Amino acid sequence: MEQVLLSLIAGIFIGGVAGYLGTLMLSKKMALVAGPLGHLTLPGIALALIYGFDVSLGAFPFVILGIIVIWLFEMRTKLPMEALTAIVFASGVAITFLFLPIEQAETALVGDISKVGFWDTLLVSFLCLSLFLIIKRIYYKVVLISISEDLAKSEKVNVKKYNFLYLAAIAIIIALGVKMVGGLLTVALIAIPAAIARNLSKNLFQFSLFGLLFGATSSFFGILVSKAIGFPAGPLIILVATFFFLISLIFKKR
Amino acid sequence: MPKTILKVKNLNVKLENEEIIKDLSFEVRKGDVLTILGPNGAGKTVLLKTLLGVLPYRGEIEWMPGIKIGYVPQRLPFIKDIPLSIKEFFKLKGTEEKETKEILSLVGLNEDFLNKKMGDLSSGQFQRILVAWALIRNPDVLLFDEPTTGIDISGEETIYALLARLKEKRKLTILLVTHDLSVVSKFSNFVICLNKCPICRGIPKEVLTLETLRKLYGEEVKFYEHHRH
Repeated sequence: MEQVLLSLIAGIFIGGVAGYLGTLMLSKKMALVAGPLGHLTLPGIALALIYGFDVSLGAFPFVILGIIVIWLFEMRTKLPMEALTAIVFASGVAITFLFLPIEQAETALVGDISKVGFWDTLLVSFLCLSLFLIIKRIYYKVVLISISEDLAKSEKVNVKKYNFLYLAAIAIIIALGVKMVGGLLTVALIAIPAAIARNLSKNLFQFSLFGLLFGATSSFFGILVSKAIGFPAGPLIILVATFFFLISLIFKKR
Repeated sequence: MPKTILKVKNLNVKLENEEIIKDLSFEVRKGDVLTILGPNGAGKTVLLKTLLGVLPYRGEIEWMPGIKIGYVPQRLPFIKDIPLSIKEFFKLKGTEEKETKEILSLVGLNEDFLNKKMGDLSSGQFQRILVAWALIRNPDVLLFDEPTTGIDISGEETIYALLARLKEKRKLTILLVTHDLSVVSKFSNFVICLNKCPICRGIPKEVLTLETLRKLYGEEVKFYEHHRH
């Protein structure tokens, strides 16, 4: 019983902040970035599983590497983001399966929140709370920057600083997200609650609030269902979110 | 003579190895309404952004020290994707609701607009909102990219009438970019014709001759002449 409680706490925190941050990924470009970043964490997760250290810790350096790679790609080439996604995705998965024993592949791909420990949960909660406060602080500025960089610069907003904080927040939430839903599904953890929120909200406040609530609720029910039927929580969390999304289509605000 | 608030000397702007603006010099005095006229792709928007300080350039751009600039962009294509109320759009600039109400009424929009979504506005209303946004914190200069000439269905004052009113009320200096010939001499006291290289500059009625316009627009000029009422 206590173990479920820990999983639920960690899940609600990670899901909530991922959903909240997801609402900031307003421009199409940013939504696409989360995909390859999640996939690129796979080799890091594999290393963590083989050597027995924390999955998020393994994923984190690879997210940082991913951010640098994406940044370089964007600056140096004119390749479309889709091509980049395909390349990063394929190489991430390929490298992982070169050396990860197949029986551990499931954890890498779809995560495992069911065995999260007490101190782990405490650390995750602390990180998520700090992350939430940081995102809240930069929220308006990042929205302004995604509406128009020129407008932001004309307001003397330090675009580079906010972009950096924003990317750092993405990196941390992805590293935390892979622990729960794995390298394949992290992008969905970020994107789906925001999509639900967009369908239901008529202003920015509702949008960010719904993103947070649906992220947390999806994790909550996903983990509960997982406990009840014995399937891994990661895919179930995403499926619960997808279910909410389908319902949100009915109530879609025009 | 009013104070010079902007001095531009031998301005050159190159973007991705393409020369967009070549050897442009001009001055703006307090209270001027300067129109930058030219066909699409002539580098007008680039010029505004360069003056705003967001693009790299060679040459000199010298604003009067301490001057406050408001910028009205041409379009904000991403804004329709975001559920953003007008009240919140002003919050992005740190503006409180009370001040937002005041500035909205200044541009002729009532309080009902506070909770409307940015994406639901007509293009005329949208432009008014952008003007109001730029006017927060009392700028001395307004940089305006391509005011739309379309008239609101409700038949309210045109954007140019609004600008003329604001100019008096707020003691504004206005730099605006347009490809629409019809408004230049009506509204501005100085014009720069730009098609990458500067083609003419001066008082609109004096410099906008058929010959300069041919040079500026090429064959297109027939179209513009035809629509001149």
